[in-house]
Amino acid sequence: MAVPLSYVARNLWTRRLTTALTAGGLALVVFVFATVLMLDAGLKQTLVSTGEYDNVVAIRKGSETEIQSGVTRLQAAVIETHPAVALGADGKPLVSKELIVLISLRKIGAEKPSNVIIRGTSATGFTLRPQVKLAAGRLFAPGSAEIIVGGAIARGFEGTRIGEKLRFAGRDWVVVGTFDAGASGFDSEIWGDVETLMQAFRRTAFSSVVFRLAASERFVGLRADVDADPRLTNEVKREQLFYSDQSRALSTFITVLGLTLTTVFSIGAMLGAMITMYAAVANRVTEIGTLRALGFRRAAVLGAFLAEALLLGLVGGLAGLACASLMQFASFSTTNFQTFADLAFRFTLTPAIVAKTIAFALAMGLIGGFLPAVRAARLEIVDALRAS
Amino acid sequence: MFLLKLVYKNAFRHRLRTLLTLAGLAIAVLAFGLLRTVVDAWYAGAAAASGTRLITRNAISLATFLPLHYESRIRGVEGVTRVVRSNWFGGIYQEPKNFFPQFAVSDNYFELYPEFILPAAELSAWVRDRKGCIVGRGLAEQYGFKVGDVLPIRGTIYPGTWEFVVRGIFDGADSTKITRQMVFHWDYLNETLRKTAPRRADAVGLFIVGIDNIDNAAAVATGIDALFTNSLAETLTETEQAFQLGFVAMSDQIVAAIRIVSYVVILIILAVMANTMAMSARERTSEYATLKALGYGPLFLAVLIVGESLLICALGGAIGIAATVPTALAFKKMVNIFPVFMVSAQTLWAQAACAATVALAAAVVPATRAARVRIVEGLRAIG
Repeated sequence: MAVPLSYVARNLWTRRLTTALTAGGLALVVFVFATVLMLDAGLKQTLVSTGEYDNVVAIRKGSETEIQSGVTRLQAAVIETHPAVALGADGKPLVSKELIVLISLRKIGAEKPSNVIIRGTSATGFTLRPQVKLAAGRLFAPGSAEIIVGGAIARGFEGTRIGEKLRFAGRDWVVVGTFDAGASGFDSEIWGDVETLMQAFRRTAFSSVVFRLAASERFVGLRADVDADPRLTNEVKREQLFYSDQSRALSTFITVLGLTLTTVFSIGAMLGAMITMYAAVANRVTEIGTLRALGFRRAAVLGAFLAEALLLGLVGGLAGLACASLMQFASFSTTNFQTFADLAFRFTLTPAIVAKTIAFALAMGLIGGFLPAVRAARLEIVDALRAS
Repeated sequence: MFLLKLVYKNAFRHRLRTLLTLAGLAIAVLAFGLLRTVVDAWYAGAAAASGTRLITRNAISLATFLPLHYESRIRGVEGVTRVVRSNWFGGIYQEPKNFFPQFAVSDNYFELYPEFILPAAELSAWVRDRKGCIVGRGLAEQYGFKVGDVLPIRGTIYPGTWEFVVRGIFDGADSTKITRQMVFHWDYLNETLRKTAPRRADAVGLFIVGIDNIDNAAAVATGIDALFTNSLAETLTETEQAFQLGFVAMSDQIVAAIRIVSYVVILIILAVMANTMAMSARERTSEYATLKALGYGPLFLAVLIVGESLLICALGGAIGIAATVPTALAFKKMVNIFPVFMVSAQTLWAQAACAATVALAAAVVPATRAARVRIVEGLRAIG
């Protein structure tokens, strides 16, 4: 027969201060653990939703990012006429030849400027990325020094409201609109007309060519053609993979740093749980003797103390998770080492993270409570009853 | 004397509990110290920067270049002693995870960086070999580079696989200098570009400008930028330190997060320590009442509890602090991502301060309770 759960729960309640302190320590560790996972999930989600599966990005071979890449007009024209490129309603290929330049902008309240991506694109660029929607104002007019800014830029950077002017490349650029790109990387970009920007920055080559596939399965053939064509020094990647590759270094950094920290912290919290559980056993030696005398087996006593430790872990886990879920209202922005540009993303809580976090909290409770529970179970009835 | 003995006996009455608490404290103090060191490592570039060097770059951003002919005009500015060209190469050695900085620099680079010590013979061997490169001691030790080795490096900004011959290894004047980097001839880069991509040639990433007097920095910077206002490539000149701090600012939210987390670890250990003290004090309620009945005042009891807390924290803190430097060295060997990873004296003091804070904060509640306990009630209390 097992010891009733209410006995277990009441024990925790009787020593409220100790329970609160121990669970508090566990909760802090759980909070850090969950926040790190949420940050990483947010980063991945942002960069995965930046790319469309059936879009393809062509960049110069060997360059890992658009900023390092260069695609000449000749190469762009060769790619544009490939039969695997989808045609739009107007019969023209769904291709956007784009220019990527980094400019320095000041974050609101910051002393030092951050790098922001400015993307030269065209109307097709919007067709290719259905997640990008105009939120306010209007589109830039082709051939004019007008720009539109992503949501994260409009919220986070100075001088980016509609009607304000940014000065770069020797002229003033008027902000005429704001676009919402959901939780994607485009939200941290500024868009303008590609030809005007190329003139302004004195560039002769595009940075990348983005296009829609006529049929998803034609990608393999397209890649073989691009690799075989002696005129092309380019490589093609599916847009989704292209962007998730760009987050790999930052994602690894966040995960490794975060998990190392939580491992170290969890040792502290488990020691805390162990201290509490040892004290719980020591204070209740007579009680344990009585339970055994009443006919509860060693296994039942072991189970009762393990249940108490697990419950302690659960309380800490839920408290930590509750605090971590509040972080969903905050957003995080930092420089992506690979693209060298600022990227904003959110803390994202997923069911998988909830499960992992609770499992982690229970594991901490279990590991902390195991040795004390074994000690409780191994007490001899006679000695235990005699203890004062 | 009696008080000290009592404190000592009390602290080790529950040996297991005290040992567990000590272990937790040591780990937390260690983690706190390492986190501070990580934050320091972020600022290593700025800390190693010299006040007599300015950086001139394109005002648009670092990813946009400046024309080569700016060099002679910058040299003409009053107060400028030397101008060094520098281009970020951004190549990959074997695999992307083997990241280290490579710069294409002009031959007078080492004149501007006296803190990098390079034997004269190696310097002249480098100058004579167009494909030669110089690596820092930190880099050479990590990958086992020796003079004469050929390093194949795959370019990401500049296409192709480039081969460099190690002609020398420089040391830092002290351990705060960044020796995990490599430099090679700017001319080699430029001449190759002239052949393969002529439109990209004669472009300089940034100019490192040496000045004669540290007090002139602001005036020289303004003077340089004034030369190129309203040109196609306007410049932004700042001190090397400001330039490096700009890099830190790009990831300031990560730095802020690490800082916050380093305080979270103190809170975690505070919870553990407070719990230990609260449990011990509660178990001894009747003892405290006995002491009071014998005539000891509330102050004595408070000192007794605070003393016990201080003793445990001092021991735990000392173990943690002692372990910090060896752990940092091991960490540096294991993950070689930071150019400089050194535990500073301030970090050790901060660790001691945080142990002391935990000790006092954990003792406050039990000490006041014990001081206030009424003799009769206390004697009646059961563990």
